[in-house]
Amino acid sequence: MNIAVCVKHIPDPNVPPQMDGKYLKREGIQGVLDPGDEFGVEAGLLLKEAHGGEVTLVSMGPAAAQEAIRRGLSMGADKGVLVTDDTLKGADALVTARVLAAAIKKAGQFDLVVAGVESTDGYTGTMPGSLAELLDLPQVTFAKTIEVTDGTVKVNRQTAEGYHVVECSLPALLTVTAGVNEPRYASFKGIMAAKKKPVETWSVADLGLAGEDVAIKQDVAGQTPAEERKAGEVITDDGSAAKRIADFLQEAKVI
Amino acid sequence: MPADLRLLDDEQRALIQMVREFADEVAAPAAAGYEERSEDPAALYEQLAQLDLTGIAYPEDYNGLGLPYETYLMVVEEIARAYLGFAVGLSVHTLCAFAVNSFGSEELKRDVLARLCSGEWFGAYSLSEPGSGSDAVALAAKASGSDGGYRLSGSKVFCTRGNEADAVLVMARTGAAGAKGISAFIVEKGTQGFGGSKKEDKMGWRSSPTWMLQLDDAFVPGSRRVGAEGEGFRIALASLDSGRLGIAACSTGLAQAALDEALRFTAEREQFGKPVNQNQGLQFMLADMATQIAAGRALYRHAARLRDAGESYSIEAAQAKLFCSDTAMRVTTDAVQLHGGYGYITEYPVERFMREAKALQIVEGTNQIQRLVIGRKLIQS
Repeated sequence: MNIAVCVKHIPDPNVPPQMDGKYLKREGIQGVLDPGDEFGVEAGLLLKEAHGGEVTLVSMGPAAAQEAIRRGLSMGADKGVLVTDDTLKGADALVTARVLAAAIKKAGQFDLVVAGVESTDGYTGTMPGSLAELLDLPQVTFAKTIEVTDGTVKVNRQTAEGYHVVECSLPALLTVTAGVNEPRYASFKGIMAAKKKPVETWSVADLGLAGEDVAIKQDVAGQTPAEERKAGEVITDDGSAAKRIADFLQEAKVI
Repeated sequence: MPADLRLLDDEQRALIQMVREFADEVAAPAAAGYEERSEDPAALYEQLAQLDLTGIAYPEDYNGLGLPYETYLMVVEEIARAYLGFAVGLSVHTLCAFAVNSFGSEELKRDVLARLCSGEWFGAYSLSEPGSGSDAVALAAKASGSDGGYRLSGSKVFCTRGNEADAVLVMARTGAAGAKGISAFIVEKGTQGFGGSKKEDKMGWRSSPTWMLQLDDAFVPGSRRVGAEGEGFRIALASLDSGRLGIAACSTGLAQAALDEALRFTAEREQFGKPVNQNQGLQFMLADMATQIAAGRALYRHAARLRDAGESYSIEAAQAKLFCSDTAMRVTTDAVQLHGGYGYITEYPVERFMREAKALQIVEGTNQIQRLVIGRKLIQS
């Protein structure tokens, strides 16, 4: 089966984010393959190992996003597609979905499109749903386990209470949660092999998109840093400390 | 503040970056637990094989990566920085592979080296005996000719992973007393009459099992003899030249880890209203530590380059082992000092580092033997 996995190159989430006006600063920042997407790549590789076929990585981003694709290729994916175009700077989730949909159509026929539930930098979580609509594919979200048999995919879909067991026919789009699998480390031979694997770079025009298709309609109204955690309350024991701590824990519904 | 990667080629950089990630994310967090439990990190060795790190400096024909020994040593340093006991296991594995690669027949390489490099097998090295340590020529374990091979009998001591390894390079006496009477053999795990008889309880390296091995009429096929009969001592010494560089790289990694901890602690710890690293007296200690580490790293990499160029590197390997392990001892001791009372309690890793450093001055030839090697070679030339 042929699988397309959407991957995103994001600023290293282990480094405190820097802002460029209202947007996250990306240029000159060490980037990585979104850790959430590593689960998608691993899911694709496991399915490929079980059923044969190819895993194609699809990404949109600046030229440096090649690195995220290389990372996935060194894990074992077969080829990559990067859509990079100056007009896409600051693209919103819908434009991203249109671009990825066009890239996936152009890249080939796929039985399955896999994406992370949400990106680790933007967190809108809306891209995969839009992408499924644009590709006219059924979508199954929050996959915790994935099983493919005879043209259908069966998924344990994570919910707050437990799982929904969802089955749907292929082709389909899946979003995977963190923890769906254990992403492999790239072996040295994998890293070396990845350097020789094909990565296509396409522009917006290459995809036959123009004007309204890539017009960014969403505006970031503003951003504020999350409130810093406040220093805790210091209780000096005057004989009542135990009770005050117990009350505090009870108030927080911990006990 | 791990080793600088700027001067490396692309391939080396890619390898080291991959190893660094594995070391920091997987090996380092596991180290303290394995050490506390005195448990061999078998799962990590398996992962080492999956990452293609079990035959770095050996030919691709035998499942190796065919990369320079220098690159392999940088990998060892990175792993030692995260988890010394585990890096020592890799160094010992490589020591066994070295002997087979350099002295083994084509058949033995296909049989044993290919399995060592793929990580299907892990190797160990066994020279020392209860009565024969620095005086290795005095070894007493016997190998008597038997139908199609040899029967080995005797006791071996201080064998790292001797009971965990799949293949142990064992030196035993096939001939008369003296160096020329010694031969080298690959003894496979599970061979009847061969196994660990006692696991030593140690000051450090607790998750790197050290075994007393018993050979009791253990049969080894002739095809598993490494090199010619009587060549064993030469093989043992050549392996040690190579292995010493592994210990030098381990030492540098450990010292770097201790410096990194000391830098972190002295930046966070405040006394007299300021971080303690604002005191020049402490900065001088940190400066000395960093300088010694950098010098040691340059020394082992220089020796490795000589080795990769096919030149003699015995003196340089002994110098590197001597200097880097003494450096590790000094730097880890200073790291404990810089932590004050916290350095002496197990909550911080530097007390373990200090215990671990001590063994580096002893293994693969004590540092007194290194001086002997250097001194003898100096007056010969």
